[in-house]
Amino acid sequence: MNLSLTPLTVRANRLMQRWGVHPQDRKAPASGTAITPLPLPEQLILPLSQHIGSPARPVVPSGARVLRSQLLATAQGRVSAPIHAPTSGTIVAINSAPIAHPSGLTGPVMVLEPDGLDQALASEAVDPFTLSPAEIAERVAAAGIVGMGGATFPSAVKLGLGHNQPIQTLVLNGGECEPYLSCDDRLMQERPEQVIDGGRIIRHAIGAERIVIGIEANKPAAIAQMQAAARDFPEISVIKVPNRYPMGSEKHLIAWLTGQEVPSTKLAADIGIVVHNVGTAAAIHRAIRWGEPLTQRIVTVAGGAVRTPLNLEVRLGTPVSALIEFCGGLVSEPARRVMGGPMMGIAITSLHVPIIKGSGGVLMLTEAEIKPAAAATPCVRCSACVSACPMGLLPLEIVARVRSNDLAAAQELGLKDCISCGTCAFVCSSGIPLVQYLNHAKGELAANERDAKKQAELRALAEARSERLQREARAKAEAAAQRKAERERARAAAKAAAAAKKAEKAEQNPA
Amino acid sequence: MTTAVLPSPHTHGARPVSQTMLLVMLALLPATLSSFWHFGWPAVYLWLVTIVACVLAETLAVLLARRPLRPTLADGSAILTGWLLALSLPPWAPWWIAAVGGVFAIIVVKQIFGGLGQNVFNPAMAARVVLLISFPLEMTRWIIPPSLGSGPGPVEALAITFGSPSLADGISGATVLDPAGGGFDVFTYSLGHHAGSMGETSALLLAAGGVFLIVRGVIGLRIPSAFLLGVAVPAALAYTLVPDSQPSPLFHLLSGGVMLGAFFIATDYVTSPSTPLGQWIFGLGCGLLTWIIRTWGAYPEGVAFAILLMNAATPLIDHYTRPRIFGRRRDGHSLASEER
Repeated sequence: MNLSLTPLTVRANRLMQRWGVHPQDRKAPASGTAITPLPLPEQLILPLSQHIGSPARPVVPSGARVLRSQLLATAQGRVSAPIHAPTSGTIVAINSAPIAHPSGLTGPVMVLEPDGLDQALASEAVDPFTLSPAEIAERVAAAGIVGMGGATFPSAVKLGLGHNQPIQTLVLNGGECEPYLSCDDRLMQERPEQVIDGGRIIRHAIGAERIVIGIEANKPAAIAQMQAAARDFPEISVIKVPNRYPMGSEKHLIAWLTGQEVPSTKLAADIGIVVHNVGTAAAIHRAIRWGEPLTQRIVTVAGGAVRTPLNLEVRLGTPVSALIEFCGGLVSEPARRVMGGPMMGIAITSLHVPIIKGSGGVLMLTEAEIKPAAAATPCVRCSACVSACPMGLLPLEIVARVRSNDLAAAQELGLKDCISCGTCAFVCSSGIPLVQYLNHAKGELAANERDAKKQAELRALAEARSERLQREARAKAEAAAQRKAERERARAAAKAAAAAKKAEKAEQNPA
Repeated sequence: MTTAVLPSPHTHGARPVSQTMLLVMLALLPATLSSFWHFGWPAVYLWLVTIVACVLAETLAVLLARRPLRPTLADGSAILTGWLLALSLPPWAPWWIAAVGGVFAIIVVKQIFGGLGQNVFNPAMAARVVLLISFPLEMTRWIIPPSLGSGPGPVEALAITFGSPSLADGISGATVLDPAGGGFDVFTYSLGHHAGSMGETSALLLAAGGVFLIVRGVIGLRIPSAFLLGVAVPAALAYTLVPDSQPSPLFHLLSGGVMLGAFFIATDYVTSPSTPLGQWIFGLGCGLLTWIIRTWGAYPEGVAFAILLMNAATPLIDHYTRPRIFGRRRDGHSLASEER
């Protein structure tokens, strides 16, 4: 709609942006299917950690009967999110179970057995524009909303950013650049008014002037629907962005839409921009307008091993197996089971793993779809990773340093600027898992920095202690010296007095 | 469920190294077949001997290092090294030239540095230079291509490649890169019917192979175009200033190893820079040095020396031409930083 109004400087800037790759998007056939509600499964497994930050703390005991939307676990700390009951039923256990984790670990969960009644707590509907920004942030926090694009950062924290510095632009991220996934596409096609309204609520909360919505060109229907829904709001522009991975990266979408580059070590908010995923906007709309906490999401079920790929609306906590079953089961044994997209998703080892707030996709991939390299062969310096890296890094050089344990050199080459998008590993002709090395090194670096900080703190404490001891010793010595001086003065005075007395006596008795 | 825990990404879009090597060989095929046509059976034998020597040397090195043999041989890099070396040799050179060159290229230039991806110098070019310095006589005995059909037959040719060197003497002719002696015309030099290294004479077919590699995304545009510019621009300047003593830029481009070097040797991933700006500098340097060595050097041809010199400079070029990191200035400081 506002495409023609894009400033020339922004357009010139786009010509310079040569990063990224074009994986086959493989969105069809799931992208052609309407959002279908998944029936309630027999059990919901609700991990206490469905977000970045501290895990939630259970507030209902095992055995308790709960209603839909009832608070089950409360947020702990500023960066955290509460968890609510996705349906009515009984909490049958609070224990640990397999979750989607890169190393296949188990994690603490609450298990809810639905009673089939799906009774909800009474909810309160309000007009968001009568609320103050702080009230909106509070309600969003209370609804347990986190970044639905997969980052799962608690959204309320980002809503609070507006208090610290002026925000001009709210960007809604409809990039959905991961292959296979079409949950955001379907959401924007079928419920554009929810996304637009959610965006307007966020804009109200952060005080932004305008809303820019970026959608990849492979979603023409979504673009059309969103443009239609935004027609009455002059502050909103819906912009088509090219299909390119990782266009959905916050920094890259901002650069494409506004021509502005988020400085390294800074946040988007520092240049007056806040980004939310379109799914998050819809969740915020439901939370504020209908008083509905985040207890369900849209999940794309796809991959060559799935019989009927679909987009399902799923209660959080539903095991992956229930989704697969609803999609007609598997046609072949998948070579890889992935939660999320194929570029950044997590390989899961068990189909009992539950859907959580950030799960946009469940992929059952065949060998042919993965095209794995047999084994990593030596790097031939083909520099495909250099051309593809969206951050302008030299992945081959950084990884060479990481492999020889030279973290300082890796950091000097920009290790910390890596966004872990996986583009380098995708294009590597030697099949080297570059991004895995980079992630590992970033973890090491963070651990080293924590250690260094701890040591610095310890050193500061030790220094303060020794200084205090010295001060005390000095004070003691001074006091002792003073006492001594006083004693001597007293003695001298006594002596003088005695001498005076003697002299007096002598005077009295001259003989 | 037994699927192992696997890191993302869960899909890949790269062409494996072995396929890249096959594409390069495919691109070399027209020029190679044309050289067989021009120089006859001795060229075929020499080509075979070089490749066999390289593969045997690679096998030996891998066995000595107790590394698995199959993946190393399957990458096809030893065959390609042998192939490129063969194309840079005088077509009727004796077999031991090919053998010594192949073994040197693989063992000394490549495997001692750690094998594929670790070598500083391009193995084929380093071997060619070592042969040129060690055996100047054999390495400069050029053959004027016999008129078609009058060349030695398969049996006769065995004597030329594997027999006494004197046999070849009878037919050796003018030195290459001597425009006065050879009689330069664009047509002959494009198609390759003139004296020169086995695979370097057909500029047109080599360029066609190079364009094929660029179109298939195997090599970039930067190094070949910079190389050709680096030769052509100074040559054109010199030709304009002193047309009597300087050969034309076209002669520079079409003769010697320029086409093979620009499209197939300088573009070697391992020994060329990985940054975009670095690739421009590297290519220009290769071209310029080639022209300088040809014009003022003691050797008539400079491509191999130029490429080796720029190979040596590659780590330095890479260091100073790092791309700007997103969100940072060129000097590495954050865009938000006030520091200078």
